[in-house]
Amino acid sequence: MRLILQVWRQKGPQARGRMVRYDAGDVNPDMSMLELLDVVNEELILKGEEPIAFEHDCREGICGSCGFMINGIAHGPLPATTVCQLSMRHFRDGQELYLEPWRAKAFPVLKDLVVDRRAFDRVISAGGYITVPTGSAPDGNSILIPKEDADRAMDAAACIGCGACVAACPNASAALFTGAKIAHLGLLPQGQPERHERALRMVRQYNREGFGSCTNIGECEAVCPKGIKLEVIARMNRDYIQAIWQRR
Amino acid sequence: MSLPLHSRVPHGPIERLWDQARFEMKLVSPANKRKHTVIVVGSGLAGASAAATLGELGYNVKCFCFQDSPRRAHSIAAQGGINAAKNYHSDGDSVFRLFYDTVKGGDFRSREANVYRLAQISLNIIDQCVAQGVPFAREYGGTLANRSFGGAQVSRTFYARGQTGQQLLLGAYQALERQVDAGRVSMFPRTEMLDLVVVDGHARGIVTRDLVTGRIESHAADAVVLGTGGYGNVYYLSTNAKGSNCTAIWRAYKRGAAFANPCFTQIHPTCIPVSGHYQSKLTLMSESLRNDGRIWVPLQPRDQRPPNQIPESERDYFLERRYPSFGNLVPRDVASRNAKAVCDEGRGVGETGLGVYLDFSDAIQNLGADVIRERYGNLFDMYQRITDENPYQVPMRIYPAIHYTMGGLWVDYYLMSTIPGLFVIGEANFSDHGANRLGASALMQGLSDGYFILPYTVGDYIANNALGKVDASHAEFARSEAAVAGMTKRLLAIQGHHTVDSFHRRLGQIVWEYCGMSRNAPGLETALGEIRALREQYWSDVTVTGSADDLNQSLEKAGRVADFFELAELMCIDALHRNESCGGHFREEYQTPDGEAQRDDDDFSYVAAWEFQGTDQQPLLNKEPLHFEYVHPSQRSYK
Repeated sequence: MRLILQVWRQKGPQARGRMVRYDAGDVNPDMSMLELLDVVNEELILKGEEPIAFEHDCREGICGSCGFMINGIAHGPLPATTVCQLSMRHFRDGQELYLEPWRAKAFPVLKDLVVDRRAFDRVISAGGYITVPTGSAPDGNSILIPKEDADRAMDAAACIGCGACVAACPNASAALFTGAKIAHLGLLPQGQPERHERALRMVRQYNREGFGSCTNIGECEAVCPKGIKLEVIARMNRDYIQAIWQRR
Repeated sequence: MSLPLHSRVPHGPIERLWDQARFEMKLVSPANKRKHTVIVVGSGLAGASAAATLGELGYNVKCFCFQDSPRRAHSIAAQGGINAAKNYHSDGDSVFRLFYDTVKGGDFRSREANVYRLAQISLNIIDQCVAQGVPFAREYGGTLANRSFGGAQVSRTFYARGQTGQQLLLGAYQALERQVDAGRVSMFPRTEMLDLVVVDGHARGIVTRDLVTGRIESHAADAVVLGTGGYGNVYYLSTNAKGSNCTAIWRAYKRGAAFANPCFTQIHPTCIPVSGHYQSKLTLMSESLRNDGRIWVPLQPRDQRPPNQIPESERDYFLERRYPSFGNLVPRDVASRNAKAVCDEGRGVGETGLGVYLDFSDAIQNLGADVIRERYGNLFDMYQRITDENPYQVPMRIYPAIHYTMGGLWVDYYLMSTIPGLFVIGEANFSDHGANRLGASALMQGLSDGYFILPYTVGDYIANNALGKVDASHAEFARSEAAVAGMTKRLLAIQGHHTVDSFHRRLGQIVWEYCGMSRNAPGLETALGEIRALREQYWSDVTVTGSADDLNQSLEKAGRVADFFELAELMCIDALHRNESCGGHFREEYQTPDGEAQRDDDDFSYVAAWEFQGTDQQPLLNKEPLHFEYVHPSQRSYK
């Protein structure tokens, strides 16, 4: 099959970007989106042109490196699928695809489809953990956790930190990402001692990074490749408000 | 000059060795720790846990990774689980049994003392991870759930759905970020180590390239730790992440660190086969599928009929035929080799002929589709997403793929390489898995090294060595920077006719063909010739676009592939010298009459630690003899 790609090309953080058209002639329907870019890039290199820069690593949907907008949808049209596992058979022969980087103030473009997501690390650094120095842990089975709680914590912990939620949100909010970590740790008994402090610090950090506020639109949940639910945002808000109330 | 390979294993009963070693270690005073800088390269399970723990202890830590965030290291992709000898099920497990299974599974090519310590520490790892909030699977009563894995007879594997690696890595990543927040660890993402700097015989720092600006920088330290993972991507197609590479350990090798058992690589039997020339990586599916699936190929070569039109009498269930007692559950290396053999006979299936069927129709008939869906639903979905075939209706097609490398830089009991002050942890070292790794033990080793061993041993090294002050202005750093910049310049200047990936793909085909699932002397000789010729062509005909001073992914790859060429050669040299079969290393000349691996304990019960002598020189072989006092070498049999 044949596809027409319109790709955002931007030389560097300060440069102006523009859409550039590429004709992908011999597309195998079993290829992933990233393998298609590999093929396009090989041709560009042989022509002496710079290949399209895009982030990727594991190519099995778990590392969270990859991601860009395809026709305005973060990670493209297939639900719960990152671009590395999105195969070309989901597109029509002759279809035109617009590939653009995540767009958010907190995620500046570095080059082409690559953005800087260090803001996410700084949000985690501001309390997205349980303080337990190595070696100071009690026996694993001394902390009993109801299966249902463990399962719900795991649902939230499945976040891969790709940034699709921010890219899809009209406010560029990181509430789903931040809420997922607050919910994961807050649902477990080990996470209780720091629960309020954590919510306060993480939310403050995410505001500082320039992410927008959540207005309950739900685009984030719709594009999340790991199916993280909006309820994690409710948990975050509850913990945050309780924390402020306690510290009045 | 040959290297002194002192394993520094303490003397005494094996169960007391680690306690004894810890007691004998010198300590660094808490007030002095902040005056010492430790560099950690890599942020996977081993690197992140080491950096976090060293930070907690008070050292000044600098941690480097090439990804945009430490959370993306490839440990994240591990699915199955992590072993620990907790014996929570009273099913007869013990530290000794885990130790025994690991030594035997490694086909008697690992160091007993290291493996015993690993089994002991497995208990602490689970406790630590639970306390960090890793959401392990639970029973209804709230206790930790376990499963048996990889043919183990006890239930000792802890797991978090099919994402155990992800959850353990996020635990370590969060501990690391806590130290970043505390100001004890400085994190350098998108920064690649390109050289190790050795001053007066001690590792004193690294030279890096900032992958966004292209800046070459020097970082000095009192000790350097490499947790940079394995080298499976030498085969081009593997289950590793695309960025996984050997550059850090290879450049350390070229600065004097011995490389141990490079030919010990592991092939996983249940991966999704290659579908076309554009294929960029291989996807692993849990080997638990072999519990219910039956593996077969057509009896006749080049049988083009669809599987459902091949009658039972014209099918060859080759594992069940050859191994009546273990059947489809033979270990990874045996299953893989047999699949390759039937494909080599022209009986492989699928468009490329490189695949065998994994058929669930009997299981679905006997147990019902619902039971199969419950057991393997997510794997079936993944298979269908990638291949567009429904495994409930047609048999899956699978083929083996490179998955893990047991070889790596040689380390002593203290995880220190042959260069004083250079420590190597996790998959990057060679230490614990011998010639074959058991399932659910890679995660265990990474965290054991990072949380519980290295932080002690680095302190002992620092306390024992009055290291003079060295900073990045030392002449050795300038020399390394110049060498690194020179190599970059050279790669960009070639302006040849072929891309880096096309060379990498061709290299991978050679290594896979001759130094993959089975090897023989003439094949390895051929491979050595072909690799050298292709390497020469690489340096005269590769094309790398762009410049050295911005984000340039082709340039990054070009340097890594240059190192893979040299490593591939060393792998073949090692495979050629080891005139025996053991674990993942199967030399066709050395097999039992019924086609199984034939070890030669009299001549090859040693670690082969290779020493660099120059890029076009034959490396020097050093041997660390292996002694087995607790687990006596025996022949594996699965008939």
